[in-house]
Amino acid sequence: MSEDVWVLGIHMTKFGKHPDKDLLDLASEAVMGALSDGGVTMKDIGVMGAGNLMGGGGIGQPLQKQIGQTGIPVYNVANACATGATALRVAIMAVKAGEVDMGLAVGVEKLAGAGLLAGGSRAADANTWTPRGRDGAVAPLDGRIGTSTMPGVFAQIGQEYGHKYGGANFELFARISEKNHSHSTLNPLASYQKKMSVDEIMNDVMIAYPNTRPMCSANCDGAAAAVVVSDSKLKTLSAEQRRRAVKISASVLTTDPWEEACQILPNVNTLTRNAATQAYEQAGIGPEDLDLVELHDCFATAELVHYDNLMLCEVGGAVDFFNSGATWRDGTTPVNVSGGLESKGHPIAATGVANVWELCTHLRGEAGPRQIEGAKVGLAHVIGLGSACGVHILEKAA
Amino acid sequence: MTKQIPLVDYLVLGDPPHLVAHECTACGARYFGRHNACAACFATEFKTVPIGSEGTLMTFTIVAQAAPGIPVPFVAGVIDVDGTSVAGNVVNVDPTPEKVNLGMKVRLTTFPIGTDSEGTEAVGFAFEPVG
Repeated sequence: MSEDVWVLGIHMTKFGKHPDKDLLDLASEAVMGALSDGGVTMKDIGVMGAGNLMGGGGIGQPLQKQIGQTGIPVYNVANACATGATALRVAIMAVKAGEVDMGLAVGVEKLAGAGLLAGGSRAADANTWTPRGRDGAVAPLDGRIGTSTMPGVFAQIGQEYGHKYGGANFELFARISEKNHSHSTLNPLASYQKKMSVDEIMNDVMIAYPNTRPMCSANCDGAAAAVVVSDSKLKTLSAEQRRRAVKISASVLTTDPWEEACQILPNVNTLTRNAATQAYEQAGIGPEDLDLVELHDCFATAELVHYDNLMLCEVGGAVDFFNSGATWRDGTTPVNVSGGLESKGHPIAATGVANVWELCTHLRGEAGPRQIEGAKVGLAHVIGLGSACGVHILEKAA
Repeated sequence: MTKQIPLVDYLVLGDPPHLVAHECTACGARYFGRHNACAACFATEFKTVPIGSEGTLMTFTIVAQAAPGIPVPFVAGVIDVDGTSVAGNVVNVDPTPEKVNLGMKVRLTTFPIGTDSEGTEAVGFAFEPVG
């Protein structure tokens, strides 16, 4: 049995528009914030997992040149929207393996003003039809056979759930978005902190039915970083460091196992359920023990299916679960009290560390006006399409 | 008669036009693209099987924002054809939530994509409501 791993220090930048800061400024701010929060320096760090998806990758070494070149191994990772969780897993695995006693994970992205990230442009048709690729396609397929856009793909994922179990409609998805926008008003680091009514949400710009613009994750700039430490190393640190350390009770990454239709419409359900099952087993807890959940609401249609996938409700019961009020911040299982990706924002590679930061902030009792009182256990979930799912369960220090 | 070419190689422009899949001879898993091995059971033998022309719309979205050059709104969905899922657009219907329904019966249809510099016409496929 390998020893426990703890979050020692963690930091998230303000999410939003940072026209005067580049990727390295944001990543530096996050890492230096996490180091300072943990009371350590780059000299203490044995490994770095670094994520940046849309900026060309390879952010780790340029970042070291800004904040400290100590010769440690850097793992530059890319795993779609699970990139941040993957960077965190790298640091955790290295500590668990006993190769290092302290590791660092960072995710950073600059996306303010970006439009559709997939399906935002389509190549022109060639002068002559020539079959290419695995489908022998003679022309680009986006818009001709389905859609490549994420709002469209995740709209189908939510609609599929609605078709299977009933009860999900445009208004229900808009009410999920209403909840997250309402939660965001208490989060000063969120990109948007604006309460929106269901009417405003439904009558906003339609992107891909039933997802209107406020039901889509917000493109923004931001970074988050975490320092993780082994149990034995933590025991040598100060009382204050030990008091604020947060235990990582589970850290899981899965991909999508083959199922009929999974290569037609990405299946984000089974790999999430598999990750959650493994995480609950690792942590020795069940979904009923969770005081708060930060799940991957890249679109309002996605949040609904993950209530079910994370087993927060019975199979097929996500609509009733939401309608019960359970996932509002005063409910039995508060979900996305940060405002979620729809209002906090989704700087892709930062997201899988930022949701862990949100949990740690509550578990340390440092969340101010949006504190979930007495929070002891939280779960953070991300999905990267294609697919990768990261689930982390964190627990307050005993 | 204009020379024709299918938009994708799993569309057969026969009479009638139909879709075909690569079926794993070991486990029966079906794929529309070329595969090096079966993602379900890792076997490497495939046979070509025809896919039916009628099915049920299992999910859809109405895309309102897409890349420049793609006409919107359009309906994209997944159609269950006798247990095989097929991605496709739904056409010949108003692209509105009032007219497109989960569970509706649809059938395969083809349409011209355009003609290239050598006079060859590319033909695409989609699904349309039955009746």
